Amino acid sequence: MEREEVMEKVTEIARDIFDDEELELNDDTIAADVDGWDSLTHLSLMNEIENEFEIKFEMKEVQGLNNVGELIDVIMERMD
Amino acid sequence: MYKFRELAKAAKKETEGKEYRLAVLGNVATQFLSQAIGGYAHLSGMNLKVFDADYNQIDAQLLDPSSETYEFEPDYILLYLATDKLYEEFMERDASARGTFADDIMRKLSDYWDMISRSSKAKILHMGFTEIDDRAFGNFGARTETAFTYQMRKLGFLLQEAESARAGVYPVDLLAVQISLGMDKFYDPVLYYNAKVNIALDAMGYVAKQVIDVLSAMQGHARKCVVLDLDNTLWGGVIGDDGLSGIEIGELGRGHVFTDFQLWLRSLKQRGILLAVCSKNDEDNAKEPFEKHEEMVLRLSDFAMFVANWEDKATNIRFIQKTLNIGMDSLVFIDDNPFERELVRSMIPEICVPELPSDPARYLSFLQGLNLFETASYSSEDADRTGMYQAEAKRRESEASFTSLDDYLISLEMKGCAAAFDKLHYPRIAQLTQRSNQFNLRTVRYTEEEIERVASDDSYVTLYYTLRDKFGDHGLVSVVIMKKESDEEFFIDTWLMSCRVLKRGMEEYIINRLVEEAGTHGAKKLRAEYIPTAKNKMVEHIYDAMGFDCIGEGLYSLDIRKFKELKTYIKDAAV
Repeated sequence: MEREEVMEKVTEIARDIFDDEELELNDDTIAADVDGWDSLTHLSLMNEIENEFEIKFEMKEVQGLNNVGELIDVIMERMD
Repeated sequence: MYKFRELAKAAKKETEGKEYRLAVLGNVATQFLSQAIGGYAHLSGMNLKVFDADYNQIDAQLLDPSSETYEFEPDYILLYLATDKLYEEFMERDASARGTFADDIMRKLSDYWDMISRSSKAKILHMGFTEIDDRAFGNFGARTETAFTYQMRKLGFLLQEAESARAGVYPVDLLAVQISLGMDKFYDPVLYYNAKVNIALDAMGYVAKQVIDVLSAMQGHARKCVVLDLDNTLWGGVIGDDGLSGIEIGELGRGHVFTDFQLWLRSLKQRGILLAVCSKNDEDNAKEPFEKHEEMVLRLSDFAMFVANWEDKATNIRFIQKTLNIGMDSLVFIDDNPFERELVRSMIPEICVPELPSDPARYLSFLQGLNLFETASYSSEDADRTGMYQAEAKRRESEASFTSLDDYLISLEMKGCAAAFDKLHYPRIAQLTQRSNQFNLRTVRYTEEEIERVASDDSYVTLYYTLRDKFGDHGLVSVVIMKKESDEEFFIDTWLMSCRVLKRGMEEYIINRLVEEAGTHGAKKLRAEYIPTAKNKMVEHIYDAMGFDCIGEGLYSLDIRKFKELKTYIKDAAV
């Protein structure tokens, strides 16, 4: 799967979880940029991403990623 | 099953209808669980406000009478002690103190229940314990008292015992969810260590369903009758074509499948669920296996109704529902034929029609998995409900032979009885307040514990009524609770009656004895109220009919001194 396609799918999930149809994500987006992205919705987002891409995150990834770019990197890496 | 994010979204939506309030307290983080329960409630049409207590605050919340939990004024409190957290407590103990772990935890749980009863009227939902097998002793743990497995299984049993001995505590069987999903799907270690949530998000919907099923039963929703097809549903093959010796039932081959299915249905009947047959068959053909087949488990006497003809099934089901006089939404229709299921579903949207698997070998596990027969109470009267409905059928036959209703009512030789609530009848009384929807003037629900409290409180006058006639005993059919508002004025807080005994003079008998009893306690005036619900329109004008004066919308009063005894053919029986 291409990086762009992964970003697109993650955006789609995020739009649903944060209830914002116009939400745009890019590599530099951080949680604080998005309304409603708190510690709880973050876990729900990670869960949906795991299901969508059929991967499992490691504990340090769930808490330690710095921005959406790093999240996409992990997804790409895990899918290989 | 709903995804967690669907539940989280639904949790934010408003729901119509009567509001119920649930407080959730856990020894792990419960925000997700609370969201899931709230969302599931919304999606099932239940108006449930959920309060989620902070992480691991059970003691503080329950001890302090002015805590957020009590301030929230919950109708229900859900207690959730996660096994994962208990496991940590267990391991921190000295090895020598591990053998009493289950007893110690059980003592703590009953302390919680006591605290709640002291500070709140909330009913308690107690989440059961899931299993962790730490394999510290391997299989040998099952016989080693200081092993965690040993202690947790013991705790599960102690909890069951304590719950059955105590009114007002309702189990939520979390272990059943864990077993049906499997360990790996139920528990997500990353989520637990990240957020102290021990139920995986993908499992939340299943857990929420379990909680809502229990709440729904406590609110009086219950399935009361299973309507059954015959050919290829209760036995293999077609009786009309294959004949008595050709149908599959009994130990051999596929017969085993149908035997077990019938055994399950019979156990439903024994716990108070009515069974009815609705079959496209000649009646004689349809009845033959129940009368003559040696290996048939169910017999004709197990059915409250037996309808076999060539009419369409929707018409027959309506007839069954009308005759049994129960709500259409309390019926379950089981038929192997997708065409019949679809027809019934489309003609009668309220009825529950499970989408039976095509292989009969899977009927039983599929139906059991749906958990259709949740209940919040069980009393000995439930066991003979089928017998009561059968006596009712005989009454109807007899009724048809009389030309005047009066003659018929006289012929029934009815004997009534009214008495103050007593311990023996608390469960049945509480059950009636929870289940009666139609003949129920104010629809106040009481738990057994509350009934006990009312019964021993001097500011209340309580009555339960029984009725029997020459065809059989109706048992306890009506409940009245009067509250003394002053020495001379009583308010009828509760009047409900089983619809089985409608329109045969029981209403009049109840009021006669009620007025008499209120008079004996010094009342000169009665006040009464009708609170409309979606289901109790049948009693909208009952107080008018009983001679009360209407003094406002749904409000009534009765001057006891001016009351003239109402006409009824029911005579007093000795208590």
